[in-house]
Amino acid sequence: MNAVIYKKLGETIYHEKLVNGLEIFILPKKGFHKTFATFTTKYGSIDNKFLLPEKKCITQVPDGIAHFLEHKMFESEKGDVYHTFAKQGAFANAFTSFSRTAYTLSATFNINENLTTLLNFVQDPYFSDETVEKEKGIIEQEIKMYDDNPDWRARFGILANMYKSHPVKIDIAGTVNSINQITKEDLYACYNTFYHPNNMLFFVVGPVEPEEIIKLIRNNQEQKTFSKPEEIHRIFPDEDAKVNRRSSVMNLPVQTPKVFVGYKESNPGRQGQELLKYELSLNVLLELMFGNSSEAYEKMYNGGYLDKPLTFDYTNEKGFGFSVIGGDSREPEEIINIVDETVFKFKKESIKKEDAQRIIKKEIGSFLSAINSPQFIANQFTRYRFNDMDLFDVLPTLENLTEKDLEQVLHLHFSEESKTTLTVIGK
Amino acid sequence: MEDVHISSSEHNGLQLHLCSTNKFKTISIMLMIKVPLQEDLTTARALIPHILNSGTINYPNRKLIKEKLGEMYGATLSADVQKKGDHQIIMFRMEIPADQFLSIPHSLLKLSLDLLHEVVYNPLLENGKFNSSIVEQEKRSLKQRLSSMYDEKILYANVRLIEEMFKGEAYQFPASGREEDIVSLDALSIHQVYKNLLENGFFDLFIVGAFNENEVKSMVQDIFSEQHNNNPIKEISSERKVGNPVKVIQDRMDVNQGKLLLGYRTFSTIQDEDYEAARVANAIFGRFPSSKLFINVREKESLAYFAHSQIESNKGLLIVMAGIDFDNYERTVEIIREQEYAMKKGDFTESEVAQGKAMLISLLLEAYDTPLGIMEVSIQAIDSGLSNNLNDEIKRISRVSKSDVVRAVNKWNLDTIYFLNREEYINECSNLQKVR
Repeated sequence: MNAVIYKKLGETIYHEKLVNGLEIFILPKKGFHKTFATFTTKYGSIDNKFLLPEKKCITQVPDGIAHFLEHKMFESEKGDVYHTFAKQGAFANAFTSFSRTAYTLSATFNINENLTTLLNFVQDPYFSDETVEKEKGIIEQEIKMYDDNPDWRARFGILANMYKSHPVKIDIAGTVNSINQITKEDLYACYNTFYHPNNMLFFVVGPVEPEEIIKLIRNNQEQKTFSKPEEIHRIFPDEDAKVNRRSSVMNLPVQTPKVFVGYKESNPGRQGQELLKYELSLNVLLELMFGNSSEAYEKMYNGGYLDKPLTFDYTNEKGFGFSVIGGDSREPEEIINIVDETVFKFKKESIKKEDAQRIIKKEIGSFLSAINSPQFIANQFTRYRFNDMDLFDVLPTLENLTEKDLEQVLHLHFSEESKTTLTVIGK
Repeated sequence: MEDVHISSSEHNGLQLHLCSTNKFKTISIMLMIKVPLQEDLTTARALIPHILNSGTINYPNRKLIKEKLGEMYGATLSADVQKKGDHQIIMFRMEIPADQFLSIPHSLLKLSLDLLHEVVYNPLLENGKFNSSIVEQEKRSLKQRLSSMYDEKILYANVRLIEEMFKGEAYQFPASGREEDIVSLDALSIHQVYKNLLENGFFDLFIVGAFNENEVKSMVQDIFSEQHNNNPIKEISSERKVGNPVKVIQDRMDVNQGKLLLGYRTFSTIQDEDYEAARVANAIFGRFPSSKLFINVREKESLAYFAHSQIESNKGLLIVMAGIDFDNYERTVEIIREQEYAMKKGDFTESEVAQGKAMLISLLLEAYDTPLGIMEVSIQAIDSGLSNNLNDEIKRISRVSKSDVVRAVNKWNLDTIYFLNREEYINECSNLQKVR
């Protein structure tokens, strides 16, 4: 077990990698009541084509299977795991993203028992034809719930504009049609490929003793047998920096049209500190250019094109990346024009030091607010680690950013060939 | 267990609630101004926090306020309006980094309280009323927020259910008001409502984070120097309507999934003896993935992805929600009602009661791990009139027995079934009538 101390934040993280490959991180939080744990596999909706470990042949699985598998893990031969947790006074949940599947636990007592249940249910797959069929009805309703959410539909609309073939453009839950093709054999194939401890990370945050928790996990893992860790071969289609479509229009039942401007990342291969600095720079840039104290927003608001702040975000995982700026507007064309003008103007002029510093301070403030939440830390720490970054390096990296860093990223990310727009209009 | 303590004191009529703790990286501030719901004033009041947040005497527009916040190390200031029981609540939230993360020698807390006071008490005025261009801007913005409610179908269904259940009462409209009221409001009329709010509103100020309590008390005493109304609000709801036949309401919209909501009157609010029993009942009935609704609607029948229930603590209202296929309306209503009847007959085990209580205690404990949770616990203590001591609160949950739960559930009365159905015309109205 080794410890890393983050003096300024007043946090210490304990780490150990077990022989079977499982990485464990513990963040003790004195004075807290809740222990929150995540058990995460580096496996998400984009991992739909891969080499089967034993047969050495390529397989392509139905869309939405990572999410389907996440649902099915909660069922064991003895029944529903929710009830085991409820009996132990704890809450369990899970989520699937493009590149991760995480199982979460939240408990204020019976900590050792609950952590053991979390370890055991995620490492005990049980699928039968009957239970797989039964889940299809539930997930069909989940897909339809998202179908009624215009922002969710628009997100996948703009990803389809950006990407020709990368699976990031496919809805995480798949479609009613694709999930109906899923069989228990598919689920076992995915489970056996991606749920090896060597591809997973266990994070615990709360009022715990690190030594004791690591010992508990180690003992639990030593009682189980796992195959020898093998390298996972994921297969992704070629995708260049150009967008698939420059623009598109969607018809959905909305009162006010929605407009989105997206930029596809031209170099989505960055990892580690390079990625950290790049994505933090982009977040600062987006806030500076389009945030609620920006000239662009003021212009849109005063012009009557917009009634609430723009939304914007940047996503980057190994192999794909994009930024999306969006808003509800009766004048979508005006929004697109102002976004274009803003990018043009920023590229032509240089960024003022005091402007950059003001936004950097704001980002530091929102990072500090975010890490008040143990759930945020657990979920994000894992995401950073899977991309060779350290969540707690966000603070020093932000503090050291300069306007020159921002300018560099500005020219790399916002290019005409990587831009696409989407307008959503009422039916 | 380290104890988090909330201390309350009164300053010029304003109620100050302080929680000094090193648990967090930030200091959180929340100001709540509470007034009785009044149908004719709801929309004007909903506009007020947004107008105030758009310009003050010293910072006459939004950009200048935002820049000031930016200088204050990315402090955030947001405004919101809520409805709780028979009251409308106007609130302002601020968050600033804790002192150890700042490179400046002085504390940001005083600057933040100064700014908060400026926003609430020194709005930009012209000829003794609000600035009319800010008012027009915010009217447009509110109209937009109200119309975007149609785009979020579950929210829309919820608003419609409340409207139908509380027809003719002040509670029927959302806290953010009504679209048709907006046009008649102007800078003068809203300013009148604002003055009335300052005079009659009940002010609660919460601060959670690392600071010296005595210093903060004197800061608040100096900064919020106006005299505030200090007549405590005693009753949070006067809801005592007796049971009528179940109302069945159906709307049609362009949706992919039917949204089914059942609105129950529970006849117990946070001020009632049996409130904790009603919460334990809801834990068994529908709040958690281990509850009856989830097991029976989702796990056993695969009818829904979400199927749960929640209580409005200050109104005596319980809402069941499920997203279902249009054709499964009758079957789902039937299963939900079977769970209700099972609860009423006491058809659940002692261990389900123990489990429900354990989960509620767990939620209570974890509330103390977030600034907002601490504020929430302290608001509940204010509303209930009971102590906010953690051990007392745990005791109140622990002593609920199975018979308490059965008694509380038997007061529940289904008032309205609301279904947001798809648009095309299918003749199933006759089926809907049968459901009772």
